[in-house]
Amino acid sequence: MKLNLLKVVNGCRLGKLTNLGRNKDKSMEFPGCMLYTRTGSAPHLTYDILQTIEDLPLVAQITLSTLAEYQEVLEDYKQGIGKFVGMPDSVFYCSLQDPVTTCPTGFNTNKTVSVWGGGGRLEMTPLKFISIQHALQADWFQCLSDGEVVPGGNSRKRAKKSVDRSLVFLDECLRLQEASLVPKKSVMIGAIEGGEVPEERLRSARETATRPVGGFVLNGFQGDVMDKNNRLKLIAAVTGELPEDKPRLIHGVGKPDEVLECVERGVDLFESCFPYQVTERGCALSFNYNYQLNPETAVLDPSEIPEPEKNGESPDDNEEPDQDRLQMTAFEISLSTKRYQDDFRPLIQGCHCYSCRNHTRAYIHHLLTSNELLAEILLMIHNFQHYFGFFHAIRQALKDSQLPQLKDLINKQSL
Amino acid sequence: MATPRPVPSLSLRVLAECERSKARACELWLPHGPVLTPVFMPVGTQGTIKGLTTEQLQNLGCSICLGNTYHLGMRPGPELIKKAGGLHSFMNWKHNLLTDSGGFQMVSLVELSEVTEEGVKFKSPYDGKEILLTPEKSIEIQNALGSDIMMQLDDVVSSTVTGPRVEEAMHRSVRWLDRCIAAQKNPEKQNLFAIIQGGLSPELRKKCLEEMTKRDVPGFAIGGLSGGEEKNHFWKMVTLSTDHLPREKPRYLMGVGYATDLVVCVALGCDMFDCVFPTRTARFGSALVPWGVLQLKNKQYANDFHPIDQSCECPTCKRYTRAFLNTLYKKETTALYHITIHNITYQLTLMRSIRESILQGRFPQFIQQFMETMYVNKEKYPTWATEALASVNIILE
Repeated sequence: MKLNLLKVVNGCRLGKLTNLGRNKDKSMEFPGCMLYTRTGSAPHLTYDILQTIEDLPLVAQITLSTLAEYQEVLEDYKQGIGKFVGMPDSVFYCSLQDPVTTCPTGFNTNKTVSVWGGGGRLEMTPLKFISIQHALQADWFQCLSDGEVVPGGNSRKRAKKSVDRSLVFLDECLRLQEASLVPKKSVMIGAIEGGEVPEERLRSARETATRPVGGFVLNGFQGDVMDKNNRLKLIAAVTGELPEDKPRLIHGVGKPDEVLECVERGVDLFESCFPYQVTERGCALSFNYNYQLNPETAVLDPSEIPEPEKNGESPDDNEEPDQDRLQMTAFEISLSTKRYQDDFRPLIQGCHCYSCRNHTRAYIHHLLTSNELLAEILLMIHNFQHYFGFFHAIRQALKDSQLPQLKDLINKQSL
Repeated sequence: MATPRPVPSLSLRVLAECERSKARACELWLPHGPVLTPVFMPVGTQGTIKGLTTEQLQNLGCSICLGNTYHLGMRPGPELIKKAGGLHSFMNWKHNLLTDSGGFQMVSLVELSEVTEEGVKFKSPYDGKEILLTPEKSIEIQNALGSDIMMQLDDVVSSTVTGPRVEEAMHRSVRWLDRCIAAQKNPEKQNLFAIIQGGLSPELRKKCLEEMTKRDVPGFAIGGLSGGEEKNHFWKMVTLSTDHLPREKPRYLMGVGYATDLVVCVALGCDMFDCVFPTRTARFGSALVPWGVLQLKNKQYANDFHPIDQSCECPTCKRYTRAFLNTLYKKETTALYHITIHNITYQLTLMRSIRESILQGRFPQFIQQFMETMYVNKEKYPTWATEALASVNIILE
């Protein structure tokens, strides 16, 4: 993997990763996101449908927690995860945990990290971890690290311990990787830990940067535990310590406004579990990222713009707001709401995705209220394409030096 | 009898007939394009084949699928679908649609239903309100849905019931057919099929056939079977029906979808079939193959790196192993879509092979080979199938 930095504007990095994949002939631009998968499969989508999605990321994220239990199958298969899951042309990044699943805390020790799969808890020693990685043969993988965030935030002592342990795991994994006889070696991505403690975050960044890793992942920023300003300060401080020529990934950041804040602080690659979560609550991404149009004149017919919905608005007359509706963001509309019952417009006017070209809000509303599987398929297609289009817009805005316009547009909608 | 249909909205051309059996290969023209028969029609109960986009269904070569009047009439309701421009437009399906009358679901799904001369009375499972489905109402909904083939409301009794109730239901179905014909508002764009009833009684079936074939309807369905009756009775009712149905009109055998049943009933002269089985069983992890069924969730497939069926051309078999599907089945809905795609392909490929063998004059040989692959040795051939085939001069070796 090679990283070419094309431009740095106000902390935002625009660049290209090259020499990727089995034959080192693939490349991708950043800032960007990875394709979120579950058990190695894009959620709800078969391969032919996935291929219709525009701006599909080259890199797919798989999760060790969902795949670890298939170690023996994959060892037996021998040809690696990409071919096994039917996506031989993708580049794979294996993270430790699934970003959508919250795991029980308190199980990590000085010797092991626990991941939670379908069969329950799996204890990973560095040896076990590396042997699974050898079976998976992902292109990149997050090194074993102690990144759990306890509810209410980690103490200073806990943060120090997580950094210490993660560095020990990193050195041990590097040693095992070096000593192994596996011909095709995956690139290790060092995890930056340290919770909310600035000194620990800095120590983690500095120490990890001295190791021969291929890139870095900022871990432990998921959830709403951390104060937002504090989080952004920490992210900026960490990326300040990292070498310029290696990619910086982040876990747990996906909302459009937060993505932009992280891009401004030097983060290159994101997950795409956000559009999945939006899909799971029966919603469609509806935010506008077309910064090139003057927002005052861009859309002629105001009735075409979906009105932003307030959190907690009930889908039907008598229903109590449920968990899904409380999770809703300002960037989406909820298709199970009664008002879409006889709305024969596409999800988003002018969207080129399969769902918007072929179906109406009324139909998707019907599918959702009838518990039909096609609802999630159509929403997932739209939400992925919309989200990938947003990242395309970020790169374009950086090329055109118009990121402030994009940010302005997004922030207006986040209120 | 009835007034002739103004514009033919259906035409059937018999392209080839088997020299030994009653099997035939036809080209059936419907308002949304041609359908090559014998044909299997996948079921899309609520305006969608579960887990597939209409584009995927089209790419699999499907030219006609089903929608259920009962479900769609309840939700989203005929008014909304009419507003959307009909069911084709609502679900964005460019090919043909067949809708049932809604009667079958009422009897099978709703416990509190009562049949009177007026119609079927039942309590809505959604709001508990009492609803009366009359022949007129069923046709009104199906006219709103705009399906290419509509089914008459019939008085359905379980095929295991005997006695006077069966006779009553048969006569009532004939009377309801007349009411349906009178209520039909769109004969130039929609085809109303009659449903032959009469339970397992040859006399009642014959009487029903005699009455219904007097009516000028575009096609006929054989109903009231495939409900748990003995296969021995089943095939005799099927062959009796096709004996008395006009050659120039399509024959639709309702609710039949197992591979052996399809092959035998084509030999008995049926053209169209539907069944939830291939798609439903897919969602339980069962993949259909020429030699039976693979239970993909079973442990034996965890390390099996073959496709479901080496000879299958479907997108699933081209890309995935049994091991991957076994892994995915336990966790992700996508596994169900992969298996559904495979099973629909299996059904459509089977029908295409049957059709080609009829066209090429080698249908009896096709059946012979089909049975050998499916059952391996002759001792395992189902007796009813051997007898049914023998009745149309196909003697299995």
